[in-house]
Amino acid sequence: MSQSALIYDAVRTPRSKGKKDGSLHEVKPVDLLAGLLNGLRDRYELDTSRVDDVVAGCVVPVGEQGACVAKTAVMKAGWDESVAGVQLDRFCASGLEAVNIAAQKIASGWEDLVVAGGVECMSRVPMGANGGAWGEDPATAIDTAFVPQGIGADLIATLDGYSRQDVDAFAAESQRKAAAARDAGYFDRSVIPVRDDNGLVILEKDDFIKPGTTVESLAGLKPSFEFLGSLGYDDIALSKYPQVAKIQHVHHAGNSSGIVDGAAAVLIGSEKIGKELGLTPRGRIVATAVTSTEPTIMLTGPAPAARKVLARAGMSFDDIDLFEVNEAFASVPMRFHTATGVPFEKINVNGGAIAMGHPLGATGAMLTGTCLDELERRGLRYGLITLCVGGGMGIATIIERV
Amino acid sequence: MTGQFHYEKDSDNIVTVTMDMSGPVNAMNDEYIELMSATVERLEKERDDIAGVVLTSAKKTFFAGGDIKNMLKAEPGKDEEGLFLMCEEIKGMLAKLEKLGKPVVAAINGAALGGGYEICLACHHRVALNSSAVQLGLPEVSLGLLPGGGGIVRLVSKLGVEKAIMPLLEGTRFNVAKAQAAGLIEEVADTPEEMMAKAKAWIKANPEANNPWNEKGFKIPGGDMRNPNVAQMVQGAIPMLLQKTRGLVPAPARILDVIANTLRVDFDTAMRIESRGLAALVTTPQAKNLMNFFMQMNQVNGGGSRPKGIDKTAVKKVGVLGAGMMGQGIAYVSAKAGIEVMLKDISQEAADKGKAYSEKLLEKAVAKGRMSEEKKAGILGLIKATASAEDLQGCDLIIEAVFENVDLKHKITKELEPMLADNGVWGSNTSTLPITLLAEPSQKPENFIGIHFFSPVDKMPLVEIIVGEKTSDETLARAFDYAQQIRKTPIVVNDSRGFFTSRVFGTYIDEGALLIEEGLSPALIENLGKAIGMPVGPLAVQDEVSQQLTIKVNETNRDLDERAGQEPAPETAAYRLARRMIDNGRGGRAHGGGYYDYPEGGEKELWPELENWFYNKGVSLPQQDIKDRLLFRQIVESLRCFEEGVMNNVPDSNIGSIMGIGFPPHTGGVFQFINTYGLQAFVDRCNELSEKYGERFTPPQLLLDKAKNKENFA
Repeated sequence: MSQSALIYDAVRTPRSKGKKDGSLHEVKPVDLLAGLLNGLRDRYELDTSRVDDVVAGCVVPVGEQGACVAKTAVMKAGWDESVAGVQLDRFCASGLEAVNIAAQKIASGWEDLVVAGGVECMSRVPMGANGGAWGEDPATAIDTAFVPQGIGADLIATLDGYSRQDVDAFAAESQRKAAAARDAGYFDRSVIPVRDDNGLVILEKDDFIKPGTTVESLAGLKPSFEFLGSLGYDDIALSKYPQVAKIQHVHHAGNSSGIVDGAAAVLIGSEKIGKELGLTPRGRIVATAVTSTEPTIMLTGPAPAARKVLARAGMSFDDIDLFEVNEAFASVPMRFHTATGVPFEKINVNGGAIAMGHPLGATGAMLTGTCLDELERRGLRYGLITLCVGGGMGIATIIERV
Repeated sequence: MTGQFHYEKDSDNIVTVTMDMSGPVNAMNDEYIELMSATVERLEKERDDIAGVVLTSAKKTFFAGGDIKNMLKAEPGKDEEGLFLMCEEIKGMLAKLEKLGKPVVAAINGAALGGGYEICLACHHRVALNSSAVQLGLPEVSLGLLPGGGGIVRLVSKLGVEKAIMPLLEGTRFNVAKAQAAGLIEEVADTPEEMMAKAKAWIKANPEANNPWNEKGFKIPGGDMRNPNVAQMVQGAIPMLLQKTRGLVPAPARILDVIANTLRVDFDTAMRIESRGLAALVTTPQAKNLMNFFMQMNQVNGGGSRPKGIDKTAVKKVGVLGAGMMGQGIAYVSAKAGIEVMLKDISQEAADKGKAYSEKLLEKAVAKGRMSEEKKAGILGLIKATASAEDLQGCDLIIEAVFENVDLKHKITKELEPMLADNGVWGSNTSTLPITLLAEPSQKPENFIGIHFFSPVDKMPLVEIIVGEKTSDETLARAFDYAQQIRKTPIVVNDSRGFFTSRVFGTYIDEGALLIEEGLSPALIENLGKAIGMPVGPLAVQDEVSQQLTIKVNETNRDLDERAGQEPAPETAAYRLARRMIDNGRGGRAHGGGYYDYPEGGEKELWPELENWFYNKGVSLPQQDIKDRLLFRQIVESLRCFEEGVMNNVPDSNIGSIMGIGFPPHTGGVFQFINTYGLQAFVDRCNELSEKYGERFTPPQLLLDKAKNKENFA
C-alpha cells in the first residue's frame, strides 16, 4: 500500500422515522446530504477545492434521489466546482462501500482527499421504487430463487434455533443501549443537527429510538413475513434448505432495522493533505473486503466478510476490540455471534439499526463513525464494521484509532 | 397433398374460408403454412372486392394445434432456429390476416385449442357453436410448451394481464359458456347456420374492423408494468408458480416471462420474444416427456391394451358389494355415468350411509352451480341402497369392494356370483390380492377380473385392470369398456401380488422408512420427496395410506405366503416402522396421526418424537443420493414388474405411474424417465446405488439388455 487512508472525521445526521410523520420527511435528500457536507466544511473551514471526490451510497437512486445525488448535493452545497461526485449502489453496504472506495482512492495515491458517505430519505423515495430485475423479472427471479430478505432472516433464525423470545430480547437490548448512548451524549460528536434555510433546527438528535422497549412490549407485534412466505416464498427458500421442516417467522417491525431518513459523511485523506490543511487524523482504514454467499438466504455475508478482511489484515477476531454488525434483522448479528464466537459484549455496544434505523445508502458510513467514536471513548484500538448485503453479499472494514 | 382451404364468396362479397386439411384434423404443420399463406395471399389480392372473411372448419374440430410428432423430433442445439423461424412465419401470416383491412370472423364449429385458438385470436371477432365438443383455450403449458403463435401476446393484449394470466399459466380449457364469460369469444350460436349468419352479420356491421393492438395509441386493458397493480400481479405469480412447479418444469416460468415482456415492450417485439420462448422450450426434456405422456395417454385411452376384435360394450346395471369408502365411490362414479347401481352392504343402514356419500358430492356440485337439481335427482335415482341379494339379480357387472380378506372375498363370490346376468362379469376391487387366487371359488373364472380403483374414487383418474390366469379376453374388453364408461383411464396388468401400482407405490414408502431408520432428518426426507416432484413426501404418503393398512397388507402377504407354501418375505422397513408407530398410538392420519400430527384447522406438522427415535446429526448423505433413492427405487421396481410380465407395455406403465401413484409428470413416467436419463447412465447409477445402499437398486436384466442394445423404452 503506497499510503495510509486516514479518517479525519465522520459525521452524520440524526435519524428519524422514514414515513410522512417522521421529523425529516420535510427535508429533500439533496438538502440532507448538502447540509451535512457543509456541516463538515464548516467544522474545519475546509477548502473544498482540495476535495477530489464525494462518493455517496444511495440504494434507491430514482426521483429526487436520482441523477447522481452525490454530485447534485456537491453543487447544491456550493462546493468548489472542481469537486466531483459519484453515487453508488451496493444495496445495504453502499455507505460502507463508499468508505472503502474512498480509502482505496487514497491508498492508491491517485487521490488525496475524498468524502465518503451516503443518503437515503426512505420517507420520500420508498424502498423498491427503483424496481429491478432480481425480484420483479420473472425469468430472473425464478432462475435465482429470489425470496424477500425478511424470509431469509427468518430462515437464519430457524436454522440456528433463535426463538421469537431470543430475537425480541436482542431487539430490546439494542433499544436500551442506543437510548443510553444517546442520552449520555456518545453520539454528540458525530451528529450534526439538521437545519432549515433559516438556520432553525429541524432535528437535533436521533428520535427513532424507543426507550423502554421490552420483550413483553414486542410480544404483540405480528410477524412481518408470514404472509409473503405463505404465497410461495417459504417453499422457494426450503427448496434450498430442505433440512428445514418449516420456516419460523419471528421477525417483525420491532426486531428488524427501522425505515428512516438520514445521511452520513466521512472525510478520508492522505497523511500529507492532512498536514497541509491542518487536520488531525482520528483513525486509519486498515483493510476492506467484500464477498458473497448463498443468495436466497441472503443475509449470512457478515461472518465470511469479516474472516476475509481479517485474513487480509493478518489479524484475528481476538485482535478486534469492537464490532459493528448492521442490525438489518436481529438474526443477522446473532448469526454473526454464532458463526464467529465473538461475544455479544463486543458487538454493537451502543445499539444498532433496530433502535436507530437503517437509511440504506448511508448506514455503512454511519457505523464507521459510531465505531470510531466508541474506540476513542473507550481508548481501544481496532474496530470492525460489517453488513449483510442483498444478493448474499457481505462487506467488512477494519479501522484503527490513531 | 389433398387438403384444401375452401374459398367461397357469397352475394354479399363475404368470403368463407373453410379449413379442410388432409389429415383427420386441421393442424399446424407444413401443409397449413402452405394453405394459409396461399389463402392470405388471395385475400390480399382480392381485398377490394370482398366485404369480409369468415374462417371456419370442415372438420369436427375447428383446428387442433401444433404437430406433436414433429415437435418430438426437434433436437436441442440444432433445431431452435428452425422452430423460431417457423413461429415467425406462422405469425407473419396471421398478422397479414388481421391487417387485411376487412373484418375477419372465426366461426368456431369445433374445438379450438392451442394453435386453433391462436388463429381465432388473430381474427377480429369470434362466434362459437354452442356444443359440448367445442373447447377453447391455450393448454400448451400442459405439454411443457408455450403458445408460440401469438397466443400469449394477443390474449394479454386483448384481456389484460389480470384475466389472461391464469388461463395462460394453467392452460385452462374452457367450454363455450365459460369461454364467453372469460372473454375468449364474443358470440355463441346454437346451430351451424346461426353461427354463419351471426359471423356475416357482424362483418356487415363492422366493415372497418381492426384489432385494437394495431390501432395507434393502443393500451393494454388494465395497464402495463408501469402500473403498480399490474407489476404486483406479475411478481405475485412468481412464487405461486414455483410453489407448483418446484422449478422442475420450465414452461410456466417462460410463459410468465413472455407475459411480463408483453407488458413492457411493443406488440411486435413481444411477439418475437414469444417465438424465441417456444423455440427454447420445444427441445427441453420436460416438454418431450409431457408430449410423450400426451401421446401415450391417447394410446392407452385409444384401447392400446384392449383385446382387438371384440365389440364395444356398455354396462347397464352394476352391483357394488360393500358400501365403505371404495364401494360408495364406485357407486357414485357409475351412477354419474348413467349406470343403474345396486349398492349392497350387510345392513340397510350401512348401504344407506354409502349412498349418502353420493348425495353429499352431488349437493356440493349443485351448491357450486355445476349441476342442476334435476340432474342430481336423476343420478341419485340410479343408486339403490340395499341389503338384499335379490336386488343384484341381472347385474351385467358386480364389483366386490369388501375388506381385503381372501376368505371373505371367497365367501361372497360363492354366495353372490349366481346373481349375475348371463355372461356377467365379476370384478374384484383389490389393491393387493392375486386375482387368480380370488377366482378360485368362481364358477366362471373366465369372467372374473380385478378392477382396482384408487381412493378417492371420484377424483382419481386411473383404474388398474388385473387379468387373472383364467380371465378371458372378452371379460378384459368389458372391464376396459366399463372403466371408460365411467370416464377413467384403464391400464391393464397381469396378476401378481400388489399388481403394478401398489407394488411400486410401496417402494416409495419403504425407501422413506429406510431413510428414517438410517438416521436422516424426517424434514429432509419429506422436502426431498417433494423436490423430485412427488406430490408429497414418503412419510406423508404413509400417513394417508395409514400405518394400520401397511400392517394389514403385511399380514395378508404372510397369509398368502403360507397358502402358497412359501418362505415369508423379509420384513420391510415400512412394516417395522408402522408396527412401532402403532405401538405408540400412531396408526395414520385417519387414526389420529402418524408421522405427522394433524392439528384441527392447522397445517400438519412432523410428530416430534420421530426425531428422537432415529435422527442422528452425524449421518449425512449427498442430497442427490436421497433424491435418487426415492425415484430409482420406484423405477427399478417397475422394471421388475415389466420383466416379470406384470406389465405388458411401456405406455400403461408410464401412464399408470403418473396417474395412479403421482410419479412426477415431467418425467413422462417410470420408463420414460430412463430414456431421458440415458439408459447406460441409468444402469451405471443403479449400480452405484446398489453398491452403496443395497441390492434393491441392482439393475434388472431387462434393463441391461435394453441398455446394451441402445433400445429406448417405447
